[in-house]
Amino acid sequence: MNESISRNAFIGKRMNAKRDETKQEKRMMAGNAACVEGALAAGCNFYGGYPITPSSEIMNLMARRLPATGGVFAQMEDEIASIAAVIGAAWAGAKAMTATSGPGLALMLENIGYARATETPCVVVDVQRCGPSTGQATRPAQGDVMQVRFGASGDCEAIALAPWSVQEMYEMTVRAFNLAERYRTPVFLVTDELVSHLHELVDLSAETAVLKRPETRGLPPFGDSATNAPTPMPRFGTGERLLVTGSSHDEWGYRKTTDPTVQRKLVERITSRIAGDRNEIAEVEEINTEDAEIVLVSFGFSARSAYAAMRPAREAGMKVGLARLKALWPFPREAIRRLGDGADRLIVVEMNLGMVRREVERVASCAVSGVHKNTGEPISPREILRVIS
Amino acid sequence: MNVPDIKKYLRSEVMPTPFCKGCGHGILMHAVLIAIDELGMEFDNMLFVSGIGCAAWIPSPHFAADTLHTTHGRPIPFATGAKMFNPELDVVVISGDGDLVSIGGNHLIHAARRNIDITVIMANNKVYGMTGGQLASTTPHACITSTTPEGNPEREFDTCRLALGCGAGCVARYSVAEPVKLRRAIRNALRYKGFSYVEALTICPTQFGRMNKMPTPFQMIEQLREVCVPGTREQVMAGDVPEGKVYVGEFS
Repeated sequence: MNESISRNAFIGKRMNAKRDETKQEKRMMAGNAACVEGALAAGCNFYGGYPITPSSEIMNLMARRLPATGGVFAQMEDEIASIAAVIGAAWAGAKAMTATSGPGLALMLENIGYARATETPCVVVDVQRCGPSTGQATRPAQGDVMQVRFGASGDCEAIALAPWSVQEMYEMTVRAFNLAERYRTPVFLVTDELVSHLHELVDLSAETAVLKRPETRGLPPFGDSATNAPTPMPRFGTGERLLVTGSSHDEWGYRKTTDPTVQRKLVERITSRIAGDRNEIAEVEEINTEDAEIVLVSFGFSARSAYAAMRPAREAGMKVGLARLKALWPFPREAIRRLGDGADRLIVVEMNLGMVRREVERVASCAVSGVHKNTGEPISPREILRVIS
Repeated sequence: MNVPDIKKYLRSEVMPTPFCKGCGHGILMHAVLIAIDELGMEFDNMLFVSGIGCAAWIPSPHFAADTLHTTHGRPIPFATGAKMFNPELDVVVISGDGDLVSIGGNHLIHAARRNIDITVIMANNKVYGMTGGQLASTTPHACITSTTPEGNPEREFDTCRLALGCGAGCVARYSVAEPVKLRRAIRNALRYKGFSYVEALTICPTQFGRMNKMPTPFQMIEQLREVCVPGTREQVMAGDVPEGKVYVGEFS
């Protein structure tokens, strides 16, 4: 992709998407509202949540929209109960989601680990705010990069998508549900206060492929141990007599808490299927990288600042490109390695003190530096230009 | 009297149970299954949710129905999500006192307040059995545990009073020393439309009995017979329980 797509990149320029002319509509809406539209388009029929700034609009909208579409809305007593209800509903047959922010996510992590171990599809939206701790609730940050990856106990692979526009809040929410179904795992949509509260035109008319959950009987509920591929998600009440446990279990759910083979196979099952599809899941949008000597690596709102800094840098004769991570996890190692091989310098732009930069440094062969900020303010293009020049 | 065959409700391949000799959970397990049989409930339409601890192993993996063995303290919100999404399921939570009252107490009071149509059966052995006999929020005052070697300086929860105070419409407590009454209470709870709660006082000779001069199951059952006295809803709500006693009955 090159520069010529210009600013439209932010307002819903979509690649490879078919349009349904009969329902074409562009609406001005906030990122959090587009997330709700995406969830409903993807077939979400259960929401369990607890209020927390800056994610609460998702919950408020769900409270109105879900019952109207035949879904179930549950306001729970805390974030622990919210994700628990989401997982319980998923096993009862729901396409379920919750939304929260950093401190709430911290409370959810034990049960997110449970969802991984029990291969439970669900979507967790994390609208990042300024931390640590309560921090600055209404201010943006990108400090949950590592929390979504490593927050829960034990070995795992995470899937985390990172939208940079309101349009992507819609599209990536759909994708998050589809990935959750395909890999039978919790999927994060990691956004930030700015993208979530930004108002932009959104095109809801594109046909959105939605994965349906097949009804099958008699298969082992926990994967094919020969291929590590997930079996279709079963549900309660169908006579399957499901055994679901967060303890180590075999493919039929029987608890085997001292068997090294069962433990190894379980972890292999839930990690290899995600790591094996790394390049497919972890999309990177490259702009002006073909001839770039300096490549800005960024995601979410910060990538917009990087994008804005690129034009004046190019006008000043500097060969600057942008690699925008559309997914944080699994980390797009190969793409970053290739970009590092071709460039003199990678500059990571992020609203934290170097979380993605650490990953970039691990794989890039060239010099890596960063523009980092965790003051609750967005990074300005000028701050990036200062580092480039 | 005809005793129903409960083997059909059990996964024979996981027998014998992992419970210690003299554990009271087998009596409770039996009472639950007989109650279900007496009501003629469709086992394939039942979902049993449990947390972490010995009592959580009563349904998982023993019951040949859908079972959801969750994280510590959280079976009630898992059950709430499943029930809200599919109200046709008969959802029963079976777990212990540490799980449902200590770490999971917040979920218990909210489920009672919310009046979600599930049945919670709380096996109260007054101690953390699986982790080595530590103090629970249900351990009576002055009792010896691994973490209160000089005796418990605190007082214990009356969990039925707690549930009633949160608006639960069907609350009962019996001990495994009175299995017929316990079974009747479970039957009524399973039949109840709305949130129902049964506290089953049970015994843990291995962890609790040994430390409190009741090393045999027989002594522990005898002690339950001594301390349990019939009480009414009003007496439980008033909290005027005689020293060393506990009210049992169906309190609604």
